[in-house]
Amino acid sequence: MSSHVEVRPGAYYDSVSLLQVSRTVAATPGVRAAQVAMATDLNVEVLTGMGFSVPDGVGPNDLVVALHLDDGTTVDDGLVAVESALAGLRGGGDGTEERVAPRTLGSAISAASATLAVVSVPGTHAVTEAYDAIGSGVSVMLFSDNVSVQDEVRLKDAAAAADVLLMGPDCGTALVGGVALGFANVVRPGAIGLVAASGTGAQQVMCLLDAAGVGVSHCLGVGGRDLTATVGGRSTRQALAALADDPATTSVIVVSKPPDPTVLSEIEADAERLGLRVHWAILGSGRPDLTRAVEGVLTAEGVEVPTWPTVTAPGEDADLAVGPALRGLFCGGTLADEAMLVAQDAIGGIRSNIAHDPELALGPDLRHEGHVVIDFGDDGLTRGRAHPMIDPTLRMERIAVEAADPICGVLLLDLVLGHGAHPDPAGDLADVIRGARSTAETAGRALPVVVSLVGTDSDPQDRGRCSAALTAAGASVFLSNSAATRHALTLLGSTR
Amino acid sequence: MTRPLHGLLQGDPVVATSGASLFADALRDQAVTVAEVDWHPPLPGTETDLARVMGDSRRASANALALERMTSAQATLVDVVPASEGLGLERGTFLHAGPPIEWSRASGPMRGALIGAVLLEGLADNPEDAQQQLARGAHHLEPCHHRGAVGPMAGVVSPSMWVYALRDEVHGNDSWCSLNEGLGKVLRYGAYGPEVIERLRWMTDVLGPILRQAVRSTGPIDIRAIIAQMLQMGDEGHNRNRAGSLMLLRELLPGMITADASSADIAEAVRFSGANEHFFLNLGMPACKLATLAAEGIPGSSVVTTMARNGTDFGIRVSGTGEQWFTGPANTPEGLFLGDYGPDDANPDIGDSAITETGGIGGFAMAAAPAIVRFVGGDVPFALRTTRTMYEVTTGEHPAYQVPILGFRGTPTGIDVTKVVRTGILPQINTGMAGRVAGTGQVGAGLVTPPAECFTAALAALAASVPT
Repeated sequence: MSSHVEVRPGAYYDSVSLLQVSRTVAATPGVRAAQVAMATDLNVEVLTGMGFSVPDGVGPNDLVVALHLDDGTTVDDGLVAVESALAGLRGGGDGTEERVAPRTLGSAISAASATLAVVSVPGTHAVTEAYDAIGSGVSVMLFSDNVSVQDEVRLKDAAAAADVLLMGPDCGTALVGGVALGFANVVRPGAIGLVAASGTGAQQVMCLLDAAGVGVSHCLGVGGRDLTATVGGRSTRQALAALADDPATTSVIVVSKPPDPTVLSEIEADAERLGLRVHWAILGSGRPDLTRAVEGVLTAEGVEVPTWPTVTAPGEDADLAVGPALRGLFCGGTLADEAMLVAQDAIGGIRSNIAHDPELALGPDLRHEGHVVIDFGDDGLTRGRAHPMIDPTLRMERIAVEAADPICGVLLLDLVLGHGAHPDPAGDLADVIRGARSTAETAGRALPVVVSLVGTDSDPQDRGRCSAALTAAGASVFLSNSAATRHALTLLGSTR
Repeated sequence: MTRPLHGLLQGDPVVATSGASLFADALRDQAVTVAEVDWHPPLPGTETDLARVMGDSRRASANALALERMTSAQATLVDVVPASEGLGLERGTFLHAGPPIEWSRASGPMRGALIGAVLLEGLADNPEDAQQQLARGAHHLEPCHHRGAVGPMAGVVSPSMWVYALRDEVHGNDSWCSLNEGLGKVLRYGAYGPEVIERLRWMTDVLGPILRQAVRSTGPIDIRAIIAQMLQMGDEGHNRNRAGSLMLLRELLPGMITADASSADIAEAVRFSGANEHFFLNLGMPACKLATLAAEGIPGSSVVTTMARNGTDFGIRVSGTGEQWFTGPANTPEGLFLGDYGPDDANPDIGDSAITETGGIGGFAMAAAPAIVRFVGGDVPFALRTTRTMYEVTTGEHPAYQVPILGFRGTPTGIDVTKVVRTGILPQINTGMAGRVAGTGQVGAGLVTPPAECFTAALAALAASVPT
């Protein structure tokens, strides 16, 4: 048998608590006897009586830990039992019911032992919140926009140093461990991981994969600027390393705007080193659209490419006049961008609030005589109001305006379903489409409407039900945004 | 094997959200455990400074170190000595509470206490003469904090006053505090009448020497241990010190009784000490000062190391910005009044006693002292809510200072400037109220908070100190 006595000055506990501690420690295997007590005269007497030698000079403000240990039990084993029993005193709950809600992200993370943070505060405050999450050791999805690229780089360096992932800024979509964050569709679980610098682009890819019967393991957002030379793919590289290590993931699709060439080659080298199969779904001039990219992935993965869900409306009444211009009114930025890329070769000169060519930029009134594509989710249109996937008012108003405009030939719309989106977006949109078509018809015009309906039947809004509502209102409905755009072009061409 | 991103992709996520409740709702719809922040915009105009300080890579470890030092500091009463001896205080120098202040801006109670101290030192024959000397700058005024000392209310210390000497062996620091005069018309509340001066003389001639003998014969007294116990006996260590005072007296009594003094003097010293519910305050304050002193001067730390008021200005100092004071106009406490006094009689916030809140007790430990609401106002749920709320603006918990009603949770300790600015929650201080007019004395007790600008100014200085 060995004995251990130590004195901890100033560590005060009440005697009843210490009685419990002593009992708990004494019941630990390997501990023959234990006394954890304040060194009052009485307790010192008891300790002496138990065969412990208590140092001189201890007083009632000193905690004495005294252990008799079986052979083979170390002092450390005994002290672990003491610490755990003392820690146990702290638990046992709070004597009152009322709680104070956490007021900082760090406080919430610590109270809930959270493993992930979602930040959607206004952009000017977002950097502070993101640092708080990173400092608390959790990955963060940064939905907020208006974060400077300098702050983005600093945040991503801090995140990498803490081995956490900064998803964003301006990240709308992520899927982590089966949990949809922000705007995300309910897709079947599977082995394909996504790394997405584009929110609605990722949603399009996930929904197409789901329709092809292919599931997704995780979708990690990285923010729209991640693959630029300035940001250097910081989050993408971390995301790829994590997916390479994930047993559930066998290959990865990176969804992005055209990356910086140096960044691209570094990432490809990374992927090779990680032994990770990486497919690219890059949206840019002269590149395959997202649907083609997904078809390429399916073929490479040995999966048959299905016929993408499509419902075309019956032809319009031949007696009605038709305007010459395409009007694309989008909520999803990537979908708007893709529509323009697909349409520009056929019709050219599309004016937009997100035009790459400044010559084609729309003025603040967003009006032009020719072809127009508007992204209602762009920063300039969301300042001080919710994203159109939540509050579609602005786009609804614009649809009514187009209905009265004799130049408007075809309305091309998107509707993105999933968690985070409007709970019944199709019902409202179908009413507006019906109204628009009726307005046009009263004026002696046909107004064909084509909708990219991005979603799955498992989404809370149920894609099948939404599709039925829209087609009943006279719209053609596509899962593939590029197919929808081509259909709109066909309608426009057949009437010109 | 350690997985990347702390295994984020392999577990079921538990999510904390800050911002639109839509995202929290969408997660709850998926049966995910969500902790939603009750987020409010930070104090206006602080966004850039906040982002800069939050991004300071030194901050997390600097604050952890500040908390570790603050909570590991010892506080042992080692002696009772004249201020001239302990603090090396020169004749003509007067220490006072709070950040630096000149006579022309000093409040009524501060002026009253300084007049009384000049009279006590025999530098003037009458109050008018004392006032004229002070007004023309004949005497040197200096904050207690600049000498490692603390003083309640006006906090005036002059060379002949006796002070407790406390020591933190762990960090090698010393602190001092005057002896408590009791309640009512007392110097620290700005009274300077003949009975006040007479009491101070008695404290210098009789009480101080007896207490010194008591401390020297008893040996060093662990003040931190008494604080830990008094919190479990219904005190919060700022405005309620009943249990602490009795425990201190219990320690000192044998040494007082056997002191080399007349039995009449000993009896009066014991009676005076035993009758004073705030006998312990002047030990708790320097104990907290030693805690915060240990946390000073850590580059990058946003932990507050001083909160103090001089009756005109409220000042704070922060670990990462060292000696610099950040001040704003002191608020006037709200609470309960003695006798016929009312809100118009109260002076703005005064005293170094907010060092208790800075060290994690006082208003921060209000849940441990529900009975205090009868003294400072509010109700019992308010007391509980106050302590719970202070966790939102502090760096961590004090391992030795625990609150039984909160499941023996450690008190909220180490005010973080960034958290105050982010949440807009100002530290809760329990305090006494001095009369506005010099010579009045105490008029009540209540609750007060610092002006927010102390914290926004400190944040700006921290932001400027972040290495580029």
